Amino acid sequence: MLKKIEAIIREDKFNDVKEALREIGIVGLNVFEIRGHGRQGGVTLVGRSGSYQVDMLVKLQLNIILSEHNLEETIEAILNSASTGETGDGLIFVYPVEEAIRIRTRERGHEAVMYPGDIDERKHRGKT
Amino acid sequence: MEGTLNSGDTAWLLVCCSLVLLMTPALALFYGGMVRRKNLLSTLTLSYIFMALAGVQWVLYGYSLAFGTDIGGLIGGLNFLGFAGVGALPNPDYAKTIPHGLFAAFQMMFAVITPALITGAFVERVRFKSFLLFSLIWMTLVYDPLAHWVWGKGGWLGAMGVLDFAGGTVVHIAAGYSALAFALVIGPRKGFGKVPMEPHNIAFTVLGAGLLWVGWFGFNAGSALAANGVAVNALLTTNTSAAAAGLVWMVLGWLDGRPSTLGIATGMVVGLAAVTPAAGFVSPLAAMLIGAVAAPICYYAIRFRQNRNLDESMDVWACHGMASTWGMIATGLFATLEVNSAGANGLFYGNPKQLALQFLGVVVTIAFTFVVTYVVAKVLDMSIGLRVTTMEEEVGLDISAHGERAYS
Repeated sequence: MLKKIEAIIREDKFNDVKEALREIGIVGLNVFEIRGHGRQGGVTLVGRSGSYQVDMLVKLQLNIILSEHNLEETIEAILNSASTGETGDGLIFVYPVEEAIRIRTRERGHEAVMYPGDIDERKHRGKT
Repeated sequence: MEGTLNSGDTAWLLVCCSLVLLMTPALALFYGGMVRRKNLLSTLTLSYIFMALAGVQWVLYGYSLAFGTDIGGLIGGLNFLGFAGVGALPNPDYAKTIPHGLFAAFQMMFAVITPALITGAFVERVRFKSFLLFSLIWMTLVYDPLAHWVWGKGGWLGAMGVLDFAGGTVVHIAAGYSALAFALVIGPRKGFGKVPMEPHNIAFTVLGAGLLWVGWFGFNAGSALAANGVAVNALLTTNTSAAAAGLVWMVLGWLDGRPSTLGIATGMVVGLAAVTPAAGFVSPLAAMLIGAVAAPICYYAIRFRQNRNLDESMDVWACHGMASTWGMIATGLFATLEVNSAGANGLFYGNPKQLALQFLGVVVTIAFTFVVTYVVAKVLDMSIGLRVTTMEEEVGLDISAHGERAYS
């Protein structure tokens, strides 16, 4: 079973999250720059005279497709690396993925999202 | 009496003319950074177009209405239509040592930037055609007569002894109060006060403010119309006032949260506008006070305007209008014959009458520019309409009015 992680994180935590994911062997990911707000409702900026409210903040959305057995470990890595403890740290959503197909090789399912040196290969290496 | 050309004065004024020309592109950037990205080109165009529109109007008849042979103290005659007789020889009425054509060109740059200043009031929603018509009428009915009253030979305010060195009344109060009147007529941008309208590129605004400061040396020091001690004093007072106002504004912003870049740049421009009428009449130390006091006046004028929910979008009134209102009054306080023997003493040098004259200049300018602008804007609004449609406003004027976009 394949899953999709959609993590909305702080722009400024992106490098930490990327590093943490690389550490556990998540090789493939892509990123959207998005705008929005959650419970925090925006931030206050300083203008010419006094401050004003801005409600659309820039956030990053990470998309990762992975095998279900790697899900919790990956979520843990994101939680640890993306958190500051302040409001605005973001959210993680998980979806089931119907199918994944690698265009070059036509591989489907698990095969399509596996890379040399990725999280599964590391686990395998660990066992032998 | 014929004047004698002085090549030093002529060279200096040629440079100043170019410096003041630079202020209009600078202003375009200053405003352009503060609008939303969908209106950048439109905002730039509202300023730039005056280099073309006023550049033609001034040669055809604008200069003559402002500086032609006086008619009753109210308006210049038509003797300089098409720059007739405005050539290489000096006109001793205005500047004895530079060609008349250079004086007229230097004045043209003021006629270019003044209506461009007003555009800050109605960016992001004005209909381009109506704006062009308004501008032509404004230059003819407001700028040209007012320039005559204050600077024209025989103009009634100048003849009474009102001091305005480089355009506190003619340029900044006129633009500021006209902006206020126009904003009241056209109404706020769609969503004003409900949705955030963030400046889309503050770097443009900061760059614009810096170039304005450079250009202002030409504006104020050039208004001495000679390369002499008064010009040097004007340059010093200009720099000192801008510096003091920038610092005070920074502190005001800091006390309210953070010392914002946009705030510091705004403070600098406010200091420049405040010292404009005083530059050639007061000492650098007086200019420091003028700038320092201008900052809180304008800072809280912006707050006042915001609290009324009035969308005078770029604060032309709060910054230019209020700064120069104070600057005109300050001229009546600090002016001294020690700085400029062709000027006058102010209250602090034993001449309370000058303060009264400065008040008169301010009140007349405010009443005249506000009322005429309000009426002209209202008539245009009721006839051809001042605003774009809601749809055009939402799409942004870059696409809807000019058919292009700033960022692809």
